[in-house]
Parts: sequence; C-alpha cells; structure tokens
Amino acid sequence: MHELSICQALLDQVEQIARDHGATRVERILLRVGPLSGVEPALLLNAYPLAAAGTVAELAELVIEPAPVRVRCDDCGAETEAAPNRLLCGDCGGWKTRLISGDELLLANLELTIPDG
Amino acid sequence: MCETCGCNITQGNEHLVQGDGKLARTGDGRAAVTVLKSLLSENDHQAAHNREHFDGQGVLALNLMSSPGAGKTSLLEATVEALAGTLGIAVIEGDLETENDAQRIRAKGVPAVQIATGSACHLDAHMVHEALHRLDLQGVDLLFIENVGNLVCPASFDLGQHRNVTLLSVPEGDDKPAKYPVMFRAADLVLCTKSDLLPVLPEFQPQRAERYLRELASVAPFETVSTRGDGELEPWLHWLQQELAAHRARLELGRSIRPAIQPDGARLHGEPGGAAASGDHHHHGHAGMHAHAEGAGHHHD
Repeated sequence: MHELSICQALLDQVEQIARDHGATRVERILLRVGPLSGVEPALLLNAYPLAAAGTVAELAELVIEPAPVRVRCDDCGAETEAAPNRLLCGDCGGWKTRLISGDELLLANLELTIPDG
Repeated sequence: MCETCGCNITQGNEHLVQGDGKLARTGDGRAAVTVLKSLLSENDHQAAHNREHFDGQGVLALNLMSSPGAGKTSLLEATVEALAGTLGIAVIEGDLETENDAQRIRAKGVPAVQIATGSACHLDAHMVHEALHRLDLQGVDLLFIENVGNLVCPASFDLGQHRNVTLLSVPEGDDKPAKYPVMFRAADLVLCTKSDLLPVLPEFQPQRAERYLRELASVAPFETVSTRGDGELEPWLHWLQQELAAHRARLELGRSIRPAIQPDGARLHGEPGGAAASGDHHHHGHAGMHAHAEGAGHHHD
C-alpha cells in the first residue's frame, strides 16, 4: 500500500506546476504507469481522492495510461512484448533481454485552468 | 553529515518543474502542460544526495530486502560476527514498530539506527537521510540498510544505496521471483537463505528459483546460504568483499554506481525536466510523451 505515498508525491508535483503557471484548478492529470513500476493503477485511483482533498487538484480527473511490457533481446535483437514475470524474448526465447517499456511511473501531462492575466 | 554534502543548502529549495509560461489553450480555455517527470523524482533527488554522502565517506551502501522473517537480521548478525575486526560496519534498520532489530545488531557491537516507519510499508530516501543524521559513518566500510520486510513496496524506492540484495528463504517457496517480479528484478544479488532447511523442504528447488529469476532477464548471482553451521556464508562474504573492492576502485576514479535496475525516474534524471508547452494537447502532448518515454527506455546505465 505505498500508493498513498505515490499520490502524495504526485500531488506535490502537480501543485508546484499549478503554482508555476498561476492555475486556479487542475482539470486532468495523465499518468503513464507500467506493470513493472510496482504501482497498481486501481489502488492509485482509489487513493487519489484522499490525497487530493483540499488541494488545487481536488476535482481533477486522474487518467492512467498503461504502458506495455516490451523487451529487446541482446542475442537476436528482436523487440517483443512480454509478461511482467516472464521477460523472455518473444522470438528466440532467450533470457538476456533489456526492458524497453513497462516500468514507467510518469506524470505525463496536465490540463490546467489559468485565469486570463 | 550536512557539513560534507551540503544538503542544508538544497533542502526544501529544489523545485521540481519550472514552467516556461508559454501555454497552449484548448477550446474550453484549459491549458495543457506536458511534464514527463517521474512521480518519484523528489525521492530520487534525495536518494542521489544520500549516495553522494556515502561516496564522500567511502562507504558501500547495501539495501537488504525480503519478506518478513526471511532472515535479514540473522544474516546481518552472522555477517558482523564473520567480518568483525576486518571491516567497519553500520546498520540502518527499518521496521513498522519496535527497536528489536537495532538492539540485536548493537548487541554485536555495531552501530545501528532504527527507523520506525509507523504504518509505512517501505523506507524512502528521506527516512534514510534522517537516519543518517543519527549515524556517524567515520571508519565505516559497509552500511547495511535493512528495509521493511515486504516483497512489494520497497522495490519502488531508491534510497541512495549502491546495490540491492534480495533474500528468498527456503520456507517461502521457490516461485517467489515469478510472483514478485518487480522486487526480484531489482536485485543485484539474490540470497537463498535458510538452506539448512532444504533437507526437510525438498519441494523447494534452488535451481527452479534461479530459473524463475532468469525469466525476469536478471543476471544477478543467485547464492544459497545459511546462518547456521560453518562456512555456509562464504558466497555472501565473498560477494561483499568483491563489491567493496570494486566500489573503492570506482571511487578512486571519481565514479559511483547505482543498483543495476533503476526505476524509471532515475533513468529520466539526466533529462531536462521542464514543463513544455504543447500545441494541441491531444496530439502534440501525446506524441511528445511517447517519444520521451521510449527514448528514456534506451538508457540503461
């Protein structure tokens, strides 16, 4: 249950960005989260309203875009999709692969309401 | 510690993202900001700072992770006994409650600081930083950070350690790497502990545990150890000596090291983390995000 800590970290960033832009409200938050980040999107969505209460992002829509698990094989060079607990090359079956996507935990995009100055 | 690493200056005044003020407006008057910043960048920043502190003191910092009861504290007790008089050791203990583990370590004559996390299921870089203010690293070669017993959350937080060691004890079952891929993928060394129980638990096959580990594309050594009996800690003690020698050689060259697998945020650390304006948020913002995310995926340092 570290999702609440993650939400807190998210809100620290969101509030800072909202302040930097003079925003009065955060409308939408887009995250990109891979299964190998160790963060469960459903738990993050549940924890968000608790963490966001009373902040400029209280009413923001939290959207989580899942990132696929993909690996590149060191042996044959193929880039294939993989399961989080089986990061083998989809082409040659080799285990000497590198993760190229799937462990992201990113704040990707924000939509803010900024009063006309 | 702050005299040496300067954290008094940076603490609390390091801002995450600076906006550039040029924002695109959407039809309904909203402004879209592309950020592309790890959610844990604040933690990662603190972790980097902790690592600098360790490097400045010539200390190799190891993060020990496992489920509760896998034998982290017993391993440390045995390690302290085996290395007594040859290496300086210090320990940071993380638990939800009690000073029990720190007391066990202190009883062996080694300085130990307890972090009671309350309900937090993991240590983070800030907690470790706070503990470092209570720990004198003078004369210390090895710092062990015993994380909260938990195979899930600790894997996501960089503490500033140089290496991750994950313990898997025989009674837990040999398929733990397949069940907890995030944790075992993060390991630079997997120690199969309580190997003295293998004769009574034949269903645990070390080869199978290692195969599950390889299926996570891990090249980490897999070693079987026991804190009971003689000589069964050898692979662990050998690894420690090797890592310490390698770390010292790196420090001589002014370099440091991080655990082999870094969370996404750390990989993005070198990029300018600015909020960029995007034309149309549904298209440009999105495309930019993909480009960055995939670009970031190529950096494995």
